[in-house]
Amino acid sequence: MSSVVAIEHVEPVSGRSSVVRSLHRRPLVVVAVAFVAALVLVSLIAPWLAPYDPRAQDLSNALGGPTSHHLLGTDSLGRDVLSKILYGGRRSLLSIAEGVVVVLTLGVPLGLIAGYRGGWTDQALGRLAEVLLAVPAIIFVLVVLAVAPHNEDVAMVTFGVLGVPVMFRVVRGASLRVREDLYVSAARISGLSHPRIMVRHVLPRVKGPIIVQATLFAAYALLFETGLAYLGLTSDAGTPTWGGMVGEASAVIEQQRWLLVPPGVVIALTILAFAVIGDATRDALSERTQSSRASSRGRPTLSTPAPSHAGRHAGDVQLLAVDNLRVVLPDDRGEVPVVDSVSLSVAAGETVGLVGESGSGKTVTALALLRLLPPALRMSSGSVCVEGVDVSSMSERAFDRLRGSTLAYISQEPQSALDPTFTLGSQLVEVVRRHEEASRPKARRRALELLGMVELPDPERVARSRAHELSGGMAQRVAIAIALAGRPKLLIADEPTTALDVTVQAEILALLKRIQRETHMGLLLITHNWGVVADSCDRTMVMYAGQIVEESPSQDLFDRPRHPYTLGLLNSHPAMARAGAALTTMQGGVPSPGSWPTGCRFASRCRFVASECTGHAIPLTQQSTHRSTRCVRTAEIFGEVHA
Amino acid sequence: MTEAPPLLELREVSVRFRQRRHEVKAIDRVSLTVRSGSSVGLVGESGSGKSTIARAVLGLVPVSAGDIVFNGCTITNLSFKARRSLYREMQLVFQDPFSSLNPDRTIGATLAEPLESFGINTRDEVRRRVAEILERVHLAGGVAARFPNELSGGQRQRVAIARALILEPRLVICDEAVSALDLSVQAQILDLLAELQAHLGLTYLFISHDLDVVRHMCDETIVLYRGQVMECGQTSDLTKAPAHPYTDALQRAAPLPDPRLQKHRRPPLRPVAAAPSGGDPDIGCVFAPRCAYAVAACWSTRPHLRAAGSVSVACDRYPAWRGESKSLSNGGSEATFEFQLPEVR
Amino acid sequence: MVRLLLRRLAASVPLLLVVCSTTFFLAALIPGDLARTILGPNASQDQYLALRDQLGLNKPLTERYWAWLTDALHGNLGQSLFNQEPVTSLLDTRLPTTLSLVVGATILAAVLGVGLGIASARSAGMLGRVVDALALVGLALPNFFLGLLLVSWFAVSLQLLPATGYVPFTQSPGGWTKSLILPVVTLALPGVAVVAKQTRDSMKDVSRQPFVRTLRASGISRRSITFKHVLRSAAIPVVTVIGLVFVGALSGTVLVESVFAMPGLGGLAVQATANHDLPLIQGVVVYFTVIVIAVNVLVDIAYGALDPRVRVS
Repeated sequence: MSSVVAIEHVEPVSGRSSVVRSLHRRPLVVVAVAFVAALVLVSLIAPWLAPYDPRAQDLSNALGGPTSHHLLGTDSLGRDVLSKILYGGRRSLLSIAEGVVVVLTLGVPLGLIAGYRGGWTDQALGRLAEVLLAVPAIIFVLVVLAVAPHNEDVAMVTFGVLGVPVMFRVVRGASLRVREDLYVSAARISGLSHPRIMVRHVLPRVKGPIIVQATLFAAYALLFETGLAYLGLTSDAGTPTWGGMVGEASAVIEQQRWLLVPPGVVIALTILAFAVIGDATRDALSERTQSSRASSRGRPTLSTPAPSHAGRHAGDVQLLAVDNLRVVLPDDRGEVPVVDSVSLSVAAGETVGLVGESGSGKTVTALALLRLLPPALRMSSGSVCVEGVDVSSMSERAFDRLRGSTLAYISQEPQSALDPTFTLGSQLVEVVRRHEEASRPKARRRALELLGMVELPDPERVARSRAHELSGGMAQRVAIAIALAGRPKLLIADEPTTALDVTVQAEILALLKRIQRETHMGLLLITHNWGVVADSCDRTMVMYAGQIVEESPSQDLFDRPRHPYTLGLLNSHPAMARAGAALTTMQGGVPSPGSWPTGCRFASRCRFVASECTGHAIPLTQQSTHRSTRCVRTAEIFGEVHA
Repeated sequence: MTEAPPLLELREVSVRFRQRRHEVKAIDRVSLTVRSGSSVGLVGESGSGKSTIARAVLGLVPVSAGDIVFNGCTITNLSFKARRSLYREMQLVFQDPFSSLNPDRTIGATLAEPLESFGINTRDEVRRRVAEILERVHLAGGVAARFPNELSGGQRQRVAIARALILEPRLVICDEAVSALDLSVQAQILDLLAELQAHLGLTYLFISHDLDVVRHMCDETIVLYRGQVMECGQTSDLTKAPAHPYTDALQRAAPLPDPRLQKHRRPPLRPVAAAPSGGDPDIGCVFAPRCAYAVAACWSTRPHLRAAGSVSVACDRYPAWRGESKSLSNGGSEATFEFQLPEVR
Repeated sequence: MVRLLLRRLAASVPLLLVVCSTTFFLAALIPGDLARTILGPNASQDQYLALRDQLGLNKPLTERYWAWLTDALHGNLGQSLFNQEPVTSLLDTRLPTTLSLVVGATILAAVLGVGLGIASARSAGMLGRVVDALALVGLALPNFFLGLLLVSWFAVSLQLLPATGYVPFTQSPGGWTKSLILPVVTLALPGVAVVAKQTRDSMKDVSRQPFVRTLRASGISRRSITFKHVLRSAAIPVVTVIGLVFVGALSGTVLVESVFAMPGLGGLAVQATANHDLPLIQGVVVYFTVIVIAVNVLVDIAYGALDPRVRVS
């Protein structure tokens, strides 16, 4: 029978990140857009704005520098430079527009169809694109200009057609990616036809790359147009063009160098403006794809919890002893703790499980121990002792030596954990030679020996293969072989079987156990799977919201949990359900870093919550040897401990 | 006991893909029945073809051979136009809560889409039905105005379920609907699915690689291996006494959440062995290379699915192989626990 | 590998054929009367008709195409309308100049760009911003303008390097080098920026991949990881970009050779266009296409060498 079901509320956030919105925040982009807008406006009203007729010659005033009559000076025939610039802009912008229109009208629909539908349409269009890309555009356009001289419009349309393949590929690539997203299939089974899906779901997501490509194309179109004008191929001598002005300026470069400046600067600024818009859009797009979930904005009130009372064995030197580990994420408002007051130990030959759900901080803890945290995180306090030696203050170089030899690591996705460009054998050899003096042949033999140790049936063949040629289970065995190459004392395994089939998982767990028996290696096993814990772990620590909430020998944990979260999590396992009844579930979700409450972090979901739970930070209290819990009501809820 | 009529039937269905010059048989002559109102589990590891079955039923992949019958009508390889109206009767809940919702559309817009697609587009009606379905999946009404990136994985999956249910279908296929969720969230969603089935009289085809989940959710279970059905029948029968060596291996491999019991379990399958005389992979039992009980005959004849007591099994060595398995102190894999909940003061 | 090479070459032949045929039809179908264009408005009707006959413009299109095609397959690209010399010999004399420029520019861009990219990938901050800014500036400055600026500084003001002209290598290696410096730098500059940016971006992307963490966890030194593993995986997009830089430099010769008065294919193309010398400009298209196809094949081979997954497909 279920308790009252909580309605899930969603905390409002600053709204989805729109590409346009994030562009507003960059001042350079705003300036660039304003510049382009101003240019367009000025060009439209040029006939009214220009002080002189751009073709009007005044030989007495030739090659004059900037004056109050001629703000930008005059050229070799006395024509006003400013007026020429204004009129030249009209021609250039028109040319850019012609090219962009062609690229969009042809490139976008064809790319959409090719990417979304695939099949032979895609193949045919792809070949066509390849043909068009095989020749530099400028030469093709020269052919056109040879036959239809001074026809800039035809030249720009041709340039546009030659620019279609790039837009086509970009749109096709983006459409292809969207097609693989499940919401497209979902729309299909909601009864939407393909054209409707393309317009409603694919096109909006492709908008971004289209803008990037179109603005970059505009930049290239301007480069191209001014180049042709410089060569004098697109218009007669009298018509003002920016490129032509550069050409004329180069002829008189010895007499009046200033003439290079106005056209050069205006060309460069316009191209720059387009390029800035394109680049910024591209950056904004890649930022959006990287952030998956909105982070909450609350600033936590940090109260340092009382120091951990969990005592350690006196005398026994632990293989790994971590005390009060704290990892933070520095952001513009200060530091957001991600893991805090974590203490744990692993002895030789022992398997310690670190159990938690996503957001618990278990992976971050593992990476912190290895000093492999991503650049955004840093370990702010706590000590890590390996075989009794405090390594927290060790230099980077010295710690490098520890990795692979004393401490080893295997991760969740075996195939992406291996370098795709090298054979597995060579990767093994490299690691072997890093940790022991060995000639190539000797290292090779050791590599094959390691592959045999992980029960791979044909070590020679595997050594010659690459990661993508193996199945998940085999790749994980290779990853284990690499981890064992340095004869480690402690192996940190981060969800090593999560991505594997259940039968393969069983084999890998058995393999790890066997290796431990033979080498007396310690194992810190991170998992979210209770079955794995039951199978492999001697002792278990449960993590919740960045803290350890319970520590216990495994059997004891299953028999008599002493924290409400552990209880709830155990009951969430489907095997715990009573026949026909619902699972007794915990409502709500894990609070994310930055929004941890001051008191017990589990309080909002705990069905035993009372007033003493929420006021202040809850310490981890030891109940007996290797048994502690972070709950102030544990005695009332679970009864007294019989030590 | 009168049996409910079959809602969905697959009859010797095969789906073949072309992959770089050779043909891959994603599903190979699969037959199964889903009765109205029941909850049928489809269990298998990677490469078993379970997701392909879901896609074939919904017409997202073409069927190479065999027939799919829904509610008495043959629906194999129908054109999209003809198939469209079926989407009011059968729906799918996808696995990935992050990829199954368009990140640029509000939850409300996503939920409204199926309604609009089938002509329900008056603003009030749409709003009412969206609010109604959100309540059914226990999400606050305000969620409709939010975007997917503001929701947690569990909340997104509730939305996915809401979308599947908004047209009031009879059959809901859950394609690994809880696999990407944390354990506690998974429990919430499983409870929700059970509740919805009871209230709305739904029929489930529940696809999962997780035996424990299927055992909890489904009355009947079908076990798939490399595109073929190995065994099917009542979940309780399958669990107590698996008729197929693969089912047995699966159960033994899945670790029990109890260290004491787990310690006594038999080690799993042996790794892939070679065929005794360079046999053709298309002839013979597809599981033979990994089977601990395979004999020569298993390599030469493909077993057919046959009735064996209360289950159907595709193994010619049943029940003989059971006699060969070494008996253990705990040979079965019953895994329900009596868990003592502490008293609350 | 050899199979890959042969396959690519085999695919290139029809590509070349299609491109050149397209050029032919493009020229034939563009509105504009070639004979009229060449002669100008003041020519007599007789001259006009005679020229039309000489150019074969009265024959049907298919016949003209076939004639052109058969000639081309025999290595005969016709004669220049302007000075009656065979197109192939005109182009062959100018090919070394253009190749010197383009190959030089590509090598310069590749070496400087990759070096700059690796340096800015390893150190965060300033250098990265410099590379970004350089990429924008490199794009925004038209190559002819840049060339003129360089001429204005180095040739006119400082008198260090020649403003125009090409000295063949056989005549004087020193002179050859000096005459090439300014044009090669002009062609290379935008390329340096693009290569540097791509190198840096690729290396950063690869560094974020899981296998890099595994390597570090195995104790492999950072230096080894960067130069042996990351660089190899990052190389493919960089090689693509270097190929694009080459093609970009090739296009750039049209303008840069004109600025520096270099006797190369680009400058010749401009003259041919101004003179409406159709066979000559079509010849340039053929030569350019062959060069581009050759570069694409080389890039594909490089892919195959770098990424074994590509070899299989």
